[in-house]
Amino acid sequence: MMSSAPTAGVPEPKIPGAPPRKHKSVTGTRRTVAALFLLPALVLLGALVVYPIGYSVVRSFYDQSGDGFAGFDNYEALFTDDGIRTALKNNIIWVVFAPTIATALGLIFAVLTERVRWGTAFKLVVFMPMAISMLAAGIIFRLVYDQDPDKGIANAVWVGVHDTFAQSSAFPKAHPGRESPLEAAGGGAFVTKEPVRLGEPVALPLVGVAPDQMPGDAARAVAAKADPGKVTGTTWQDFTRGKGVGTLGAPDASELGYPGMRIEAVKDGRVVASTTAADDGTFTLPAAAEGAQLRLPADNFKEPYNGLDWLGPSLVTPAIIGSYIWMWAGFAMVLIAAGLAGVPRELLEAARVDGANEWQVFRRVTVPLLAPVLAVVTVTLMINVLKIFDLVFIIAPGSSQDDANVLALELYRKGFSEDQPGIASAIAVFLLLLVIPVMWFNVRRLRREVRR
Amino acid sequence: MHSRSNTTSRTRTRRAARAAAAALAGALAFSLTACGGDDGDGGNETDGGANETASTVTLPKLNGETLEVAAVWTGPEQANFKKVLQEFEKRTGAKVTFVPAQDPIINFLGSKIAGGAPPDIAMLPQVGAIKQAVDKGWAKPVGAEAQEQLAKNYSQGWQDLGKVDGKQYGVYYKAANKSLIWYNTQVLENAGAEEPKTWDDLLTTAQTVYDSGVTPFSIGGADGWTLTDWFENVYLSQAGPEKYDQLAQHEIKWTDPSVTEALTTLAEIWGKKDYIAGGADGALQTEFPASVTQTFTGGDQPKAGMVFEGDFVQVNIAETDAEVGTDAKVFAFPAVGDTAPVVSGGDAAVILEDSKAAQALATFLASPDAATIQAELGGYLSPNKNVDPSAYPNAVQQEMAKSLVAAGDDFRFDMSDQAPQAFGGTPGKGEWKALQDFLKNPKDVKGTQEQLEADAAAAYGN
Repeated sequence: MMSSAPTAGVPEPKIPGAPPRKHKSVTGTRRTVAALFLLPALVLLGALVVYPIGYSVVRSFYDQSGDGFAGFDNYEALFTDDGIRTALKNNIIWVVFAPTIATALGLIFAVLTERVRWGTAFKLVVFMPMAISMLAAGIIFRLVYDQDPDKGIANAVWVGVHDTFAQSSAFPKAHPGRESPLEAAGGGAFVTKEPVRLGEPVALPLVGVAPDQMPGDAARAVAAKADPGKVTGTTWQDFTRGKGVGTLGAPDASELGYPGMRIEAVKDGRVVASTTAADDGTFTLPAAAEGAQLRLPADNFKEPYNGLDWLGPSLVTPAIIGSYIWMWAGFAMVLIAAGLAGVPRELLEAARVDGANEWQVFRRVTVPLLAPVLAVVTVTLMINVLKIFDLVFIIAPGSSQDDANVLALELYRKGFSEDQPGIASAIAVFLLLLVIPVMWFNVRRLRREVRR
Repeated sequence: MHSRSNTTSRTRTRRAARAAAAALAGALAFSLTACGGDDGDGGNETDGGANETASTVTLPKLNGETLEVAAVWTGPEQANFKKVLQEFEKRTGAKVTFVPAQDPIINFLGSKIAGGAPPDIAMLPQVGAIKQAVDKGWAKPVGAEAQEQLAKNYSQGWQDLGKVDGKQYGVYYKAANKSLIWYNTQVLENAGAEEPKTWDDLLTTAQTVYDSGVTPFSIGGADGWTLTDWFENVYLSQAGPEKYDQLAQHEIKWTDPSVTEALTTLAEIWGKKDYIAGGADGALQTEFPASVTQTFTGGDQPKAGMVFEGDFVQVNIAETDAEVGTDAKVFAFPAVGDTAPVVSGGDAAVILEDSKAAQALATFLASPDAATIQAELGGYLSPNKNVDPSAYPNAVQQEMAKSLVAAGDDFRFDMSDQAPQAFGGTPGKGEWKALQDFLKNPKDVKGTQEQLEADAAAAYGN
């Protein structure tokens, strides 16, 4: 911009005096006129692109306040700061996986939709997420990945599948209350402290199951009757709503039994007898249980499966990449479909006539012919992915933002919430350096296209 | 939609998350005396400006003047504050524009000032921010009229919070009590539990609630500031105000035994998976607004029985069907050590462009007139002792306001708000992140302390 301005300004006054002599190109355009026409674009480019880039580069060599020259300190921080290193690592994961998976899916969709009757409708649906802003998509996926299976569809599906194979128990949070005859036996099971005797009814009180969550067939708990030839007892919820435990260790009027609670009699680590409790919580064990300890095994108390921790530290980056692919696979598909339309049918037909099967046609003819398009799509997505920010910023909850960090987000955090413009500028310059080879590749490719 | 409202209310609450108040118990007598004694002072002024409403402050005529006020408030909070500004316009004839700012406001102001167009007044939510603004030469001291109002209406502690090097820069307009635990009345009733007065009582109450089949606590761990507030309350009550001040200034290290003790105490609740709604992993993905709403929805079976945070929790309770005062009640954070903690926060008006109009607005904001207007609209507490408690719309707020005034100077300002932004106020960094990691792994007290100390040393630069 700086150099173009004088060339545009200086010769101007001379124009009326000596028109034909100076600066004429082959097409007859004077340089001044060319410069004049270029000026608006140059000014805009200069002010909006060149100057900010230049200033960022300069700023990246200054310290936090912008007064002192910091040399390469900011760049050193770039590679020593843990946060930035995580961001860098995540960016690499993003650049490797997101564009390739999105392109691969786009290719599959494009090839398949070409063959089906409702291909256009299908394409429309796949392309639709592109119409949504990144911000909105982020908000949608924040909900999709919600931990609570009642809210997040990802976990709803996951838990649904899981629960078809493994049932959860009826009393997940039940535990011994105060002064309980039971104690924890490890692994979530509970066991009586004392061995049981024939003819002495046992009380196995627990607390922690809300009345609304008791199984529907639970009946009022009753104290078991003594039976001289057997071990009898009751297991029940020893908690009365609004009154606490009521009578400690004995069933009160409104307390419910634990129907279906499994009870094992354990002698020297061996199970000698087992039973399940009736609706009113009573149970009977044979004489063999004499002198054994009663155990409530852990599967009575298994917690309901709560699904995957999608937005936890380990899964958050793949989860966000998933949402990115949801958005951009459509973009890849449309471009590849356009490329596919330009592939000469005869070549495919020829291959088929030669006896190639569909996979071979796809692998040996379609894909090589599409290679230039695939490269453009992948590279475009790479540039796009390098500057990914919004999805990560919105989807990752505060607690795992650190683990989901990417360079653009770190740039924002350093620049705007930590007030470290020097380091932020260094990150920006670094990002620019990362994008340049990819851009150079794309520009070169475009040039070649034009020449062809 | 969901997440957007989350971010707005996070911003709002971070804002609101600063102000002062006191133990709710035994506040009444004090505040009545305080109010009675000050009535006389307020009445003896004659108004120079327009006087449609009862006025206790003299404001100059400012026809044709324009002012810009920047604050991070959004939603109803912003709307209510604009009503206060309207009253100022009515009385003086000046034109006031509200400039919505982003968190952290000090960086927002930095770019405004670099651009040569700073707002005339900014509402700063942190003590540290006022000091930063003064150090950078942005803030201008308030004039005699505003100081007169401050002396008349504010306790010494609140005046001092607005001072830097003995000069008055900030006018505390809004306060928050961050030592409250809100509970679902139905849950505690069902469990037969009582409002606790001490930490041990709190553990008993929690156990009883747990025995009744409801998870005792809801923690919005996705937002780090809720966790720092937990820590601050425990630490202030256990280690005492002196240590609290030292730690806030980073004069003692985070590896200090007092921090060990506070974290160990905290782990008595955080360390029990069954005490926290969703377990630690669930809590870490729960944002603050959700942590409140899940406590007050679900009838007899809410996700949790109690939620800890400041008076601004009621804004989120209003989004549920629960009624503050009947379905949702509140008790003061129980005493861990000898006395119950009073952690507070607040927003101070700071003048950036000195002018007659800016001074007049600062004076107005220091007067009971301005505070009364916003108090009547709800969701707001004023540190101004001459605001009539009956101006607040409901009993819970009236009580919080009275206890705030009664606390006098006996409170401490939110510690993380006193710390540098990088340590005390950045998502996924510093204290926020360290305490989130601690919530996830409450056994690792030592590792947490080392992490805190390392981050603090970097942020404080010592």
